[in-house]
Amino acid sequence: MVSALLFPIHVLLIGLAFPLGWLDAPDYESLRSLVIHPITRLYLFVFIFFPLFHWAHRFRYTIYDLFQIKHGAQQPIAFLCYGAALLGTIFAAYTLLAIA
Amino acid sequence: MSVQTGSPSGPPELYHRPMSFWWWLQKRAYFNFILRELTCVFVGVFAVITILQIRALSQGPDAYAEFINRLRTPGFILFNTVGLAALLFHAITWFKAVPTTMIVRFGGTRVPDQVIAGLHYVGWMVVSVVVAWILLLR
Repeated sequence: MVSALLFPIHVLLIGLAFPLGWLDAPDYESLRSLVIHPITRLYLFVFIFFPLFHWAHRFRYTIYDLFQIKHGAQQPIAFLCYGAALLGTIFAAYTLLAIA
Repeated sequence: MSVQTGSPSGPPELYHRPMSFWWWLQKRAYFNFILRELTCVFVGVFAVITILQIRALSQGPDAYAEFINRLRTPGFILFNTVGLAALLFHAITWFKAVPTTMIVRFGGTRVPDQVIAGLHYVGWMVVSVVVAWILLLR
């Protein structure tokens, strides 16, 4: 849901329109003051947390389907996927709390 | 001493019809399914890029300028172009599926599929305009 609704506009602006100079990117200070606002931090946490688990869940099942993984080998793949998403979430939470 | 093996008292041995690794190339629907599921890889990478951008922002103007310069390299532009296409494919196929998965009744009648899908598109546009407005007003 977050990935479908929010990611396209973010990638269009931050990934293409700003780097290619189609639109003027916000400068460092104004972007920093935007990001340190508590509501923005919460927004960014959701913006990272949900999609990381979206990736973990779908990637896990795509690996199962694509490589026809049977029951015995499924568990380590699930562990790696959700583990990576959890690590990313903790790193995101730390980064968002540490920024000042 | 007796050892129980197989049927009739043991569990039946299951027969698995061998399936080619290329099963997802055998029908267009299978291929679209795998393609759609693989868009999650871009979702994951973009989430990580966002974390790194916030980190660069927290490390000061120089670190941030370096990050922004990296986004300008052809490799990133190409990756973001393909990634944006994947995200749009994911979003549009999701909005297409939503009327099937979300049945809404209003005053005893089922809300038509076009209305459900249409409201999702409207919501998507509104959210996108708000995000763009906040970032461009800075």
